[in-house]
Amino acid sequence: MLRLEARPIPSTLMGYAAPVIALLATVVFGSILFATLGKNPVAGLTVFFITPLETVRGLTEVGLKMVPLLLCALGLALCYRSNVWNIGAEGQLVVGGIVAGGVALLASPASIPGYFLLVLLAGMAGGMAWAAITAWLRDSFNANEILVSLMLSYVGGLLLLYLVNGPWKDPKGFNFPYSKTFDAVAMVPKLVPGTRLTWGIVIAFLALVVIWIFVARSKAGFRLQVAGHAPLAARFAGFSAREGIWMSLLICGALAGLAGALEVAGPLGQLTPQFSSGYGFAAIIVAWLGRLHPGGCVFAAFVMALIYIGGELSQSRLGLPAAITGVFQGMLLLSLLTADTFIHYRLRRV
Amino acid sequence: MIEAPARLQLEGISKRYPGVLANDRVSLRVAPGEIHGLIGENGAGKSTLMKIVYGAARPDSGEIRWNGERVQIASPAQARRLGIGMVFQHFSLFDTLTVSENVALALPGHTDRTRLAIDIRAMGDRYGLPVDPEQHVYSLSVGERQRVEIIRCLLQQPSLLIMDEPTSVLTPQAVEKLFATLHRLSEEGVAILYISHKLEEVRTLCSRATVMRGGRVTGDCDPRAETVASLSRMMIGAEPPRATGTTRTAGDELLVVEGLDMPPLEPTGKTLRTISLSVRQGEIVGIAGVSGNGQNELLALISGEDPRAPTNSIRIGATGIGALPVTARRKLGLAFVPEERLGRGAVPAMGLDLNTLLTNDSGLTRHGLISTAATTRLAQNIIERFAVKAAGTAAPAKSLSGGNLQKFTVGREIVKDPRVFVVSQPTWGVDVGAASQIRQGIVALRDAGTAVLVVSEELEELFEICDALYVIANGRLSERIPVREATVERIGELMGGTRNTGDTLAAA
Repeated sequence: MLRLEARPIPSTLMGYAAPVIALLATVVFGSILFATLGKNPVAGLTVFFITPLETVRGLTEVGLKMVPLLLCALGLALCYRSNVWNIGAEGQLVVGGIVAGGVALLASPASIPGYFLLVLLAGMAGGMAWAAITAWLRDSFNANEILVSLMLSYVGGLLLLYLVNGPWKDPKGFNFPYSKTFDAVAMVPKLVPGTRLTWGIVIAFLALVVIWIFVARSKAGFRLQVAGHAPLAARFAGFSAREGIWMSLLICGALAGLAGALEVAGPLGQLTPQFSSGYGFAAIIVAWLGRLHPGGCVFAAFVMALIYIGGELSQSRLGLPAAITGVFQGMLLLSLLTADTFIHYRLRRV
Repeated sequence: MIEAPARLQLEGISKRYPGVLANDRVSLRVAPGEIHGLIGENGAGKSTLMKIVYGAARPDSGEIRWNGERVQIASPAQARRLGIGMVFQHFSLFDTLTVSENVALALPGHTDRTRLAIDIRAMGDRYGLPVDPEQHVYSLSVGERQRVEIIRCLLQQPSLLIMDEPTSVLTPQAVEKLFATLHRLSEEGVAILYISHKLEEVRTLCSRATVMRGGRVTGDCDPRAETVASLSRMMIGAEPPRATGTTRTAGDELLVVEGLDMPPLEPTGKTLRTISLSVRQGEIVGIAGVSGNGQNELLALISGEDPRAPTNSIRIGATGIGALPVTARRKLGLAFVPEERLGRGAVPAMGLDLNTLLTNDSGLTRHGLISTAATTRLAQNIIERFAVKAAGTAAPAKSLSGGNLQKFTVGREIVKDPRVFVVSQPTWGVDVGAASQIRQGIVALRDAGTAVLVVSEELEELFEICDALYVIANGRLSERIPVREATVERIGELMGGTRNTGDTLAAA
């Protein structure tokens, strides 16, 4: 029989190497998967990991996917560092998109220039409000934030469905469940003309800098992390556990809501039932793959964006089913969790 | 001449951990029926050596002989089969199970509980270790829990019993009883390896002692023929400096607790009953007692970690602080050092520089951003003033030895020149050198006019530095006793004097 046995000293180096190992393992398992599906593994991997990077269009699409992934992952990483197990960034993103969409729908050609900034702020407010429900329930009733935030994600998705099928449905939309398209003044300006990439990527990187400073240098960020690492030390120092719950959830909600706003007021320009392709959930993998470090999240968001685009390409070029994206995400997460397990434990024959 | 084989003989045992040679060619010999002391500072390599003997670690080189035969001890289970029993410093008992259930868990195949209860009683009678097999462990005093641990070991009929710092949790009376038990075992031929850093005890109890320092054996002697000073020289290479200070007339009452009643936060905690105490400016007041009698509950109420007390039941000067948060109490000049250094007094994974931020509310940040220069300077200052051995100001707290981290957490508060300084177990698990440095720091603070409250299990320490003592037992605090009127016997009686601790009753 085999048994897992705790290692006395987990290796720090392997902690950083684990994401790379997990990525390599994903590539190996991906090759096997391609082979069993009757595709040439080299061709399959090329479509997944090389083709998206060969053209400007491909690169900008990867950049576009990175925006929501990076923003949500930054917020989630902060929550996890604070020992707050928010897995509801998806709901916060969706509700942020809804509120941003609502504000965007009010715009007309006569609205003030820079109206899109209002749209973005509305998105942040929406995300924060959604996250605040989780924070309030945890704070007041000690309700488990994992369950609450997850279930609220489904509530958010249903709210969106109701709106685009009901009050916000475009009357001239041939009965499709879409809202009207937003006025140009409510849209985030393009960064690269002729592509779908907007200034959202710049905003995401600005958020990265702010969060990085918050985590590494601010007293408030320090308090959050003490509460996460050593709750007894936080209590000894007089840092409030309530502050940790509220602050980490509100920041994550704001970032996820911003991601939602950038999505609906960016490449889409209207509210659609599935405007988020599960970015909020994929961002959980991104946060861990990035070792909960803001810098690491950039690398991880890039990999995850590549898997999204590669998944779309392999549908069109290789005729693989749409599930391929989810399968690759799953393989990556499983490999990472396995690698992390072996950092802390070793197999012993008993 | 043919000598009878030793019960246990270690020859040239070496064990290297990353970055440290924990055991360097250690040799040791314990004869049947011998009570053998193993003494050394924290980090001297005693624990590693015992782990090797008990099969919890493997030596890199060297050999182990058991009754003259060369053996390899691969696991604690094998050690137990050979006849090696160990009583750990930290008990491994399940609170919610009864004594006999706990014992049954450790004895595979021993399913007849009635029979086991009889065995436990018989063992208790024979060695002076009375316990009720049907009692739940949570209701036992610390001394009784230790008896359960010992009985559990003895039921496996060991021929070598290892005891790791067994007296650190006992009242003086309970210590005497433990020694009587150990003597009886030794008369029956059981060899005992007695690990301690209390030199006086080793001199009383042991007929042979091995002294370790820095992973090596630095002395092998008959402790009865040595003095505390000579043993201490072998242990730390020098005699420990004693904390000395001029006793001054104490000033106004700075810390006052008055008529404090409080049920515990945790279900297993102690209820505090009408606690009253006062500490004046320029005096050190000690609270003696066996741990688990309400010390932690009282300290949390004073520090503010538990802010449930009525406002005026705890005061600093004239200000009622019972319901204030920790930070507000710090602003009034209260500094507190908790018993657990790692995880409470310091964040294990963070550097010493960041750890200064735990108890400093101003001066280290600007516009909400941490000033790295300021935290580094403060950490450096503490490191230099208290001779903390650390790999720099950014060294993670968990990389420091217990004694050095304790010097840091105590030093972090002392450099603030607090009005009121409250410290729990200031030298618990700390080596002799560091302990005396910490005591000197506390005494210097007193001389500078701070009101100091020390909670400690070490009576010797309290007698050395305190001006007055209280004793806590079962959630109640004794009268204030000036140290010059106190005797170890009287304090010991107060420590174990209540029904619930049971230690004195058991003498009957």
